[in-house]
Amino acid sequence: MIESAQAATIVLNGEPHELAGATSALDLVAEVTGRELREDGTPADGGRLGIAVAVNGEVIRRGGWSGFVLTDGHTVDIVTAVQGG
Amino acid sequence: MTWTIDGTDLSSRLVMGTGGASSLSILEDALQASGTELTTVAMRRFDAESRDSVFTMLQRLGIRILPNTAGCYTARDAVLTAQLAREALETNWVKLEVIADEDTLLPDPIELFAAAEELVLDGFTVFAYTNDDPALAKRLEDAGVAAVMPAGAPIGSGLGILNPHNIETIVSRAHVPIILDAGVGTASDAALAMELGCTAVLLASAVTRAHDAQAMARAMALAVESGYLAAGAGRIPKRPLALASSTFDGLVAAR
Repeated sequence: MIESAQAATIVLNGEPHELAGATSALDLVAEVTGRELREDGTPADGGRLGIAVAVNGEVIRRGGWSGFVLTDGHTVDIVTAVQGG
Repeated sequence: MTWTIDGTDLSSRLVMGTGGASSLSILEDALQASGTELTTVAMRRFDAESRDSVFTMLQRLGIRILPNTAGCYTARDAVLTAQLAREALETNWVKLEVIADEDTLLPDPIELFAAAEELVLDGFTVFAYTNDDPALAKRLEDAGVAAVMPAGAPIGSGLGILNPHNIETIVSRAHVPIILDAGVGTASDAALAMELGCTAVLLASAVTRAHDAQAMARAMALAVESGYLAAGAGRIPKRPLALASSTFDGLVAAR
């Protein structure tokens, strides 16, 4: 059985989320934020992204997003700064 | 006179929070009126509708960002939130906040201390929001936090400084900056914090929920500066009875 050929379902920010095909953390961040990203996770427009990613409760460093392939059952949190404190 | 955290000099002794403002533009006006150089944000799941964010605004204003762990009940969640903040905002500064329950929002000392130890080991510059407990404040300092931030009163209560004696005790024994955090309701509360010897004051609701946030922000900036000057000026001792400021010599008396 070829796992990668199947659609994977992850939990993204608390909600079920279908992945169309092989998806890296980088692909997902780009999709969710609508920003074009470089391979190292920085925005192509040169600005700051202000986003962090945790998978199953562990932080995935920005530089590792492109090499981190999401698979069925992963719990992914994409967080940013909001008003508070 | 500047104060220093982690090798960074700050001129303003007013640290602002960003919670409670009804709009980003009101918040922006208030932050500018406050003259703050350091301002807290919370970390939450990304929401496409909030793309025009407080992060963008603070960068534009040139205000340094202090992420917090607001809303965390356990050391585990607070540590993860701090690590996410470090990654997202590219700073190792964190306001550590671990609350016990949502009615008081008071810090849970056990979880707070555990998280402080872990974050210090992980290289964070920790600003520890804590109870006004001199013993716990000392333990946090010994654990290596960069600043201890005792609550004057519960967050958002506006009750002022309920135990000035404890704040004074914490200050008198500290070798790290003490920042009065939470409970400030109006300008005199902020001035009192500084008169008690605090290095700085952190507040949000008192400004963001004031009828005129911009005016209150300016009032707080002046109060903090005023209290700081008064603290260094050497106040007169309190006396039980009057001490005349006019001489009695040469007094005219009617027959």
